[in-house]
Amino acid sequence: MEKVILDVADLTTKYITRFGEDIYAVDHVSLRVEDGKSLGIAGESGCGKSTLALSLMGYYFPPLHYTGGEIIIDGHNISGMKPDDVRKSILGREIAYIPQAAMNALNPTQKIIHFIEDVVQAHDPTTSKQEIYTMAKALFESLGLPAEVLQKYPVELSGGMKQRTVIAISVILRPQVLIADEPSSALDVTSQKMVIKMLRNLMDNGYIKAMIFITHELPLLYNVTDDIMVMYAGQIVERASSKEAVFDPLHPYSKGLMGSIIVPEEGLRDVKLAAIPGVPPNLKNPPPGCRFAPRCKFARAACTAASVPLRELENGRSYRCILSEEELREAYAREDRQHGR
Amino acid sequence: MAAERKLCLSGKGVTKVFGLGRNKTVAVDNVDFNFYEGEVISLVGESGSGKTTLAKMLLGLINPTEGEIYFQGEKRDLSSHRKKKEYWKSIQAIFQDPFSSFNIFNKIDTVLLDCIRMRGGGGLPYEQKVAMMTEACSFVNLKFAELTNKYPFELSGGQQQRLMIARIFLLKPKILLADEPTSMIDACSRATILDMLMQLRDEIGMTPIFITHDIGLAYYVSDTVYIMEKGKFVESGSADEVILRPKGAYTKRLINDVPKIYEEWDLSTV
Amino acid sequence: MKHLLQQISRSGKFVAGFSIFATILLIVLIYPLVVPDPPLEIIGQGTFFEPGIYVNVYDSISAPHYTLNLDEAAEQRIASRFKAEDREAMRGWLVGSGMPESEIDIANTAQLLDQWFANFDPTTRLPGMTNADRNYYIRLNNSIQGLLSTEAAVIAQMNAETAVLEETGTVPQTAYVNVNQVANVRVLPLGTDNFGRDVLTQLVRATGVSLQIGFVAGIIATVIGLALGLVSGYVGGLVDDVIMFITNLFIVIPSFVLLILISFSIGQEQRGAITIAVVIGFTSWVWTARAVRSQVISLRNRDHVNLSKLSGHSIAHIIIRDILPYIASYVIMALILQISSGILAEAGLSILGLGPKTTDVPTLGLMMNWAMIYQAHILGKWWAYFPIIVTIALIAFSMNLMNTGLDQVFNPALRD
Ligand SMILES: Nc1ncnc2c1ncn2[C@@H]1O[C@H](COP(=O)(O)OP(=O)(O)OP(=O)(O)O)[C@@H](O)[C@H]1O
Ligand SMILES: Nc1ncnc2c1ncn2[C@@H]1O[C@H](COP(=O)(O)OP(=O)(O)OP(=O)(O)O)[C@@H](O)[C@H]1O
Ligand code: SF4
Ligand SMILES: [Mg+2]
Ligand SMILES: [Mg+2]
Repeated sequence: MEKVILDVADLTTKYITRFGEDIYAVDHVSLRVEDGKSLGIAGESGCGKSTLALSLMGYYFPPLHYTGGEIIIDGHNISGMKPDDVRKSILGREIAYIPQAAMNALNPTQKIIHFIEDVVQAHDPTTSKQEIYTMAKALFESLGLPAEVLQKYPVELSGGMKQRTVIAISVILRPQVLIADEPSSALDVTSQKMVIKMLRNLMDNGYIKAMIFITHELPLLYNVTDDIMVMYAGQIVERASSKEAVFDPLHPYSKGLMGSIIVPEEGLRDVKLAAIPGVPPNLKNPPPGCRFAPRCKFARAACTAASVPLRELENGRSYRCILSEEELREAYAREDRQHGR
Repeated sequence: MAAERKLCLSGKGVTKVFGLGRNKTVAVDNVDFNFYEGEVISLVGESGSGKTTLAKMLLGLINPTEGEIYFQGEKRDLSSHRKKKEYWKSIQAIFQDPFSSFNIFNKIDTVLLDCIRMRGGGGLPYEQKVAMMTEACSFVNLKFAELTNKYPFELSGGQQQRLMIARIFLLKPKILLADEPTSMIDACSRATILDMLMQLRDEIGMTPIFITHDIGLAYYVSDTVYIMEKGKFVESGSADEVILRPKGAYTKRLINDVPKIYEEWDLSTV
Repeated sequence: MKHLLQQISRSGKFVAGFSIFATILLIVLIYPLVVPDPPLEIIGQGTFFEPGIYVNVYDSISAPHYTLNLDEAAEQRIASRFKAEDREAMRGWLVGSGMPESEIDIANTAQLLDQWFANFDPTTRLPGMTNADRNYYIRLNNSIQGLLSTEAAVIAQMNAETAVLEETGTVPQTAYVNVNQVANVRVLPLGTDNFGRDVLTQLVRATGVSLQIGFVAGIIATVIGLALGLVSGYVGGLVDDVIMFITNLFIVIPSFVLLILISFSIGQEQRGAITIAVVIGFTSWVWTARAVRSQVISLRNRDHVNLSKLSGHSIAHIIIRDILPYIASYVIMALILQISSGILAEAGLSILGLGPKTTDVPTLGLMMNWAMIYQAHILGKWWAYFPIIVTIALIAFSMNLMNTGLDQVFNPALRD
């Protein structure tokens, strides 16, 4: 078995709102990413994907608070560390994070190279500007970005170029793990593809050892990551290899998600997309038992009686539903027959 | 054979130029088109290809630098506010970003009441207006009773886009321009929004025009597809023809760039 | 709205600025109720009385007297009456008479007096001493003797028939009156100015008038700037060109120069405080107009404006309902800056002698003007100009604080 790079056990974090309410946006999440592997996180808006990404770095600031669990990066437990130590020695070096809409957060008055200088010197003030320039130029060129970008201001770059620049900067300190939160969602298909290619390049050429990729676009995850984890209302509802997750989802919510995929491939026009009715629950007081129950076609009394544990299957898959694998498959087959598929 | 097709929007030599001298951008470059009533049309192109600019010209929000746009075969007359208002009873729009589409100082009621007033229902008794708003909201799976006195920004992106559709439901225009209606909302809500738009089309007989960079979405919803590159239409035809048997290199690239699941996605070609 | 107010009230800067401003405003409102005197009444005969408590001497004599035996009373009395130049003169005499300079310490009153009485001889003529000098020393000696006398002061009354002064009472050196029992006491916390007018009363009233000028000027400038900016930004085209042409004209001619010219041509007689305010308002709308215009231009292509157009709304409706609310916070900040710069503009004008007519009301600028004309700053009469500078600075400072506070609330990018 490969070495585990990122090992998270029972991580729970909450937001404390201005009104003093607790919102558990990451609820007992456990996950492992092995050396050379990537993990995709999918789920509806508001299900806690970005919060999970933030929480994984072990760097908490209000309103987000840590309440329990462990984060181990390459054998190094960071969950108990002080925020300041995390910022100095973990962020950027062990684990790099590209926030949602990061490309719009670049300082418009600063050239890209100056931004890189700030990043590098924050970690090692002794590095000279010349060294940083050489380093950045080599990195950019090896990632297929023209070195002229370094001398430009963010406004002079197109959206796709800005996003790729942000990604290149995020790996300049050679982190082990890269977390990318919706890096391509605001881009058109062509720029999106370039971003994806770059992320794949980072993995394939060993710039990073593990990657977590967050998006709500399943076809993207299918093409980028080894595994897919589906989140619903702060919890993991399914984890499987990308292929299984897309073509053979088990959890009724994953099944719904997979039904809403749109690809320009023959036959799509004849299928009616499966929309999931209803809205996700309010995380302030989630429903008891299975959180998906109010929207689930197969819900029954037992679903809401007690909290539903994550079932582990032999091949490393897991899902959170009271129905067994067989029962679920049978239910899906029945549905397909009804719709004449 | 099929009945005589009626033109709804058409254009000849439509051009839009922004800026002067060195800053000159030709956003839409001498395009001709004939959109027919009853068919679903998609304009597909990458960012900056001029889709939104063309849509704004079709909507009469900006004037073409050159060329002429015809509505139902006749020249549009948008010379006065009254005539524009008349035109906007026939053509409406849904914009890309639901969070910036609504005036944040207006309540949801105001948004919907405006539509009733526009359709000449301003003088109706309030109960009747409420009944109309309730009907429109339930069409998009929202409960008017829960929305009244709320602001649009208190809803999620998907809900706001549905509210936008409720607006269209009340206005019952002949043509709807949907400028990337689902690109800012998550994939789960996308199917819902598209389904609602198609259902609305069947119910009130409007002609939807989708604008998107996602050729998969265009394939899913439309009958006729126009591919736009740098302000020009480079390929057009029925969806099956354009997307399953593309001729132009640009169209092929757009199709290639959409992530696939049933086929291999070729990453080498960017 | 409630949420916004909550956020504003949480901004430390705004609260600090607002507290200072509200305090100033409260003082301006309450002070006249406590001290209803007209601000420009001349009460002092003479110029620049020092700040302090002025006790009526006549009333002190007739007030009940109390005896307090305080050890240091005599020494303090001498020390206070004994002026520095007298001490210098004494040293001069002592050194002249042969005493080594190092032995003399003029700060030590007791030792100095001892040395003086041991050595002074009115008949001695020191080398180089004029007659006038000699008389001065004799007078000095007498007054020192008088100072040291322990006798009571006599109160005498002239007999109406005989025209002879008759003793009616004495005031011993240990007699005290209770200030509260003296009929007439006037506190002049900031003394008087060159005309003998109470500086504090004047300052409070001037602050009020200056604030009025600031508000009128600020509101006029903001209303004009807002209207022109909205129309030129939203309508665009020819209207925009014309308005921008006018605006650029105003920019080429600096508004302060224009202000000076207009104030000058109005003439002294017509220049009331409000007239000045209006003139300031009409010359300072330019940058508000430009700033509003650029905000409107960035708003007019927003989707919510397009949606409003598609809903058939008129231009007026769109400007008022879809544009104005979005720039309201900005306009409020511009208004605050216009008010504080209106106050400064009035001060500037008045210092140049082009401020409001002087007989009516004081303004902060006029007070500065008077203080400068009568050279308070050269004579070291700090109370006549320093409090005015502090007041102007406090007003401008508090308004700027409020402004940056609001900016932080309205502009999320600046929030920490
Ligand atoms: N600063 C905050 N204070 C309080 N609650 C928050 C805060 N940020 C997020 N939340 C809540 O936490 C939940 C998870 O939010 P999160 O941003 O992680 O979702 P997401 O899955 O990343 O969604 P999206 O796809 O829209 O980015 C949401 O219900 C949200 O309302
Ligand atoms: N108001 C404007 N002033 C100047 N240039 C403009 C303006 N609006 C659009 N453009 C330019 O016109 C071109 C076409 O823009 P348009 O918004 O129509 O593209 P689009 O196809 O809608 O792209 P996207 O997918 O990014 O929305 C771009 O190069 C853009 O920079
Ligand atoms: S536990 Fe019940 S409600 Fe939840 S997903 Fe499974 S079947 Fe549906
Ligand atoms: Mg997110
Ligand atoms: Mg667009």
